[in-house]
Amino acid sequence: MKQSYGYLAVRLCVFAIWGLLCFAPFLFQDVRALEVAARICIFIVLVASYDLLIGYTGIVSFAHTMFFGFGAYGAAILLKQMGPGWDAVALGALAGVVVSLIVATGVGLLSLRVKAIFFAMITLATASVALVLASQLSQFTGGEDGITYRAPDLFKPATKLLVDAEGKVVKIFGVSLNGKLAAYYFVFFSALALFWVMVRIVAAPLGTVLKAIRENEARAEAIGYRVVAYRTFVFCLSAAVASLAGTIYAVWLKYTGPDTALSFAIMIDILLMVVIGGMGTMWGAVVGAVLMVLAQYYLRDLMGVAADAVTGVPLLPELLNPDRWLLWLGIIFILLVYFFPRGIVGTVQTMGARQ
Amino acid sequence: MSVLTVTAMKTDIGKYAVLHDITFEVPEGGVFVLLGRNGAGKTTTLRSIMKLWQPTPGSVRFQGEDITGLHTADIARRGIAYVPENMGIFGRLTVEENLVLATAKGKFDPARLKNIYALFPALEKFWTKQAWSLSGGQKQMLAVARAIIEPRALILIDEPTKGLAPSIVAAMADAFREISQSATILLVEQNFHFARSIGSNMAVIEDGRVVHSGAMADFAADKALQNKLLSLSA
Amino acid sequence: METITDKLGRIGGVNLLPVAVAVAAFVLIGAPSSWATLTVAGLAMGMMVFLMASGLSLIFGLMDVLNFGHSAFVSFGAFVAASVLAALSGWLGADSVFLNALALSLAILAAMSFGLAAGWFFERVIIRPVYHDHLRQILITMGALIVSEQIILAVWGGTPITVPRPQFLEGALILGDVSIEIYRIFAVLLGLVAFAGLYVVLNRTRIGLLVRAGVENREMVEALGYRIDRLFIGVFMAGSALAAVGGAMWAGYETLITPALGGEMMIVVFIVVIIGGLGSIEGTLLGALLVGLTANYVGFLAPKLALASNMILMMIILIWRPNGLRPAVK
Repeated sequence: MKQSYGYLAVRLCVFAIWGLLCFAPFLFQDVRALEVAARICIFIVLVASYDLLIGYTGIVSFAHTMFFGFGAYGAAILLKQMGPGWDAVALGALAGVVVSLIVATGVGLLSLRVKAIFFAMITLATASVALVLASQLSQFTGGEDGITYRAPDLFKPATKLLVDAEGKVVKIFGVSLNGKLAAYYFVFFSALALFWVMVRIVAAPLGTVLKAIRENEARAEAIGYRVVAYRTFVFCLSAAVASLAGTIYAVWLKYTGPDTALSFAIMIDILLMVVIGGMGTMWGAVVGAVLMVLAQYYLRDLMGVAADAVTGVPLLPELLNPDRWLLWLGIIFILLVYFFPRGIVGTVQTMGARQ
Repeated sequence: MSVLTVTAMKTDIGKYAVLHDITFEVPEGGVFVLLGRNGAGKTTTLRSIMKLWQPTPGSVRFQGEDITGLHTADIARRGIAYVPENMGIFGRLTVEENLVLATAKGKFDPARLKNIYALFPALEKFWTKQAWSLSGGQKQMLAVARAIIEPRALILIDEPTKGLAPSIVAAMADAFREISQSATILLVEQNFHFARSIGSNMAVIEDGRVVHSGAMADFAADKALQNKLLSLSA
Repeated sequence: METITDKLGRIGGVNLLPVAVAVAAFVLIGAPSSWATLTVAGLAMGMMVFLMASGLSLIFGLMDVLNFGHSAFVSFGAFVAASVLAALSGWLGADSVFLNALALSLAILAAMSFGLAAGWFFERVIIRPVYHDHLRQILITMGALIVSEQIILAVWGGTPITVPRPQFLEGALILGDVSIEIYRIFAVLLGLVAFAGLYVVLNRTRIGLLVRAGVENREMVEALGYRIDRLFIGVFMAGSALAAVGGAMWAGYETLITPALGGEMMIVVFIVVIIGGLGSIEGTLLGALLVGLTANYVGFLAPKLALASNMILMMIILIWRPNGLRPAVK
């Protein structure tokens, strides 16, 4: 691909976003903003790992949240049982990845060899079973209520990273260097590292093979690539990364439940993010995640204002109710798939090249 | 008057340009044979005529009418039948149902049906059997029968002799000779001996282009040309 | 081994699976009266799921279109029928079987008409632009499902709605110590009528012949002179209407419905069409009965495994037959 202006613009934008995220605790000094920034970091990884699958192999999975949930529940259950410590986090991450790999291999081998379309249906069914199991096996998972636990001591808000002469926590630009900050940077750097690994993977020869498979399955098969094996491999890879993202999120939130780690709503979020950002680009994941998370936190407030403004008009307040925001996102989603199937990044990237 | 005129047809399949410039004219009556090596674009030419691939630009005229922009179904309704390489038999349907589908109004013309029974007795014998249970040769007969159950001006047939026993090939040749009394056949064929025995006119396609066309008799007599275009060594 | 397979094949082959499941359950449950009640419940559920799934299977078989929004028709059917029944509650409670039946018929008819209209809209606006593009098809129909669910939430609200049943379908038949809900018998009968109707249309009419041929080889049907896209919209509308009727029946069966109904049924419907094999209504019926029976038996024997049981059933069948039990295309 030629280095068009659009291409450069996307790169710049993505670097700017990572830059902002890096200094987020200093730039936006309130608790909610830090929540938003951490959520963005996690979702960038989650969406990028999903893009690995949908964008680079063209197959649709509805079980991505399930893998995210495996990682989150793995860490959550072990932190609860073993107490706060790095050993629990590491073991939880490992358990999540192992379970994810086993399930992904099973589902992949079972359904990918028949028809790609079966895959979408079977992942959907698998994910819903996982959700039901999580709420029914309440002695392990806390059921609908989820699990609350403590993170490793380093991330306690009371932890002082640096102390001055009087034993008080050091402040830089008005920000205390405490455990909360450490937790954020744990999230940030883990996310950045995972994202970087994925970008390297698609740039490597593997990425080329994946693209060949996406473009023309029969041809790739004829050239000698084992399509099913590759697809299963990518499915496992994306599942493992999603699971790690789940573990990070669990450590950050100190709470894991069906709503934060397994619900179908998260799957819809991921789908929206990857389509809005642009499939098959990796960079699209960053843009999509940022826009959607911001919308989730701030668009709802806006809709509430709008709904109040039209009280008395029939049906309209109902449609503008903040709880109905998915309705509008759904419509935007459909329009995007029709008119901009390559999403924001895909569309912008080709802009400069046309001239 | 020619029954079919193809002018400067060009077809891309996905990113790959398969046909570059297909131009030929099929005169009315007889068997017109498209020859050429594997992968030259013969099958794609037939499929493009039927609009099963979308050819751009170029034009296809059938009995003087421009059919380039028509839908596959409307092209078929104009009087062109198509027998694809894989025969396109509906395996879950019976022989009878396969043939009923090919009639315009769901009813058989008794005279035509009798004629088909005479050409291919096996079809009468297996009339109520599901088509997947037929042998390869019988399936080919059914595919050809489907093309002639209604009067058609032009019948496109793709490699009908592929994988068939010599006795069935001979029966096919007889059938084609008889069919070509009342309709024009456009035949894609690899087997040059078979093509020579029934063809009246021919064209050679190479790498998506028509590189030669003319009377079959002339081509059959010109060994040098055959060697050059088809790499035949017989 | 070969001869046993042949013998089984002659007396029904895979069609015997539901019978086998029922027999196994009889042994495991031990109590004949519970078994009979569960079996009828399983058959009723199977028949309702069949209504919902048959359209999806045919639509996929004919056009290679997988509509993830199919369950929206189920939800809409349920809610439209519930609204009509609520509006006609006076007739439902009346002592006249005629008025009861009239109200019920109107509710089902309303669901059906809604399904037809919504099916037409869906095919034209949502599906048509993305034929032959599976990825976008899945995404767009998923988007349509999200929007549909939100519309249901906006119109009917998020709280569960009670669905009144007609008087003459209330209560249960008592045979010895076996009690069978009348509504379940009604559901089985209606499902059988729908199956018989579909079977006759597919096997005895010219349109059915075209559909069966189209499922096998769409291109060849067009080369024989038929516009399969025009046929497809008809099949799509009919399939959507069937799903809506299935939803309406399900609403009466559950008597308490929430907007989550469509999503829950979608999983079951998918499992059914995967088990049965895409594109054939016989396969769909077989899959639906298997799922209905298994869900009820397991729900009784090991309640926590109820949903997982369908999943396990699907896995086993996929390992055994990757294309499902009775796929339309070989």
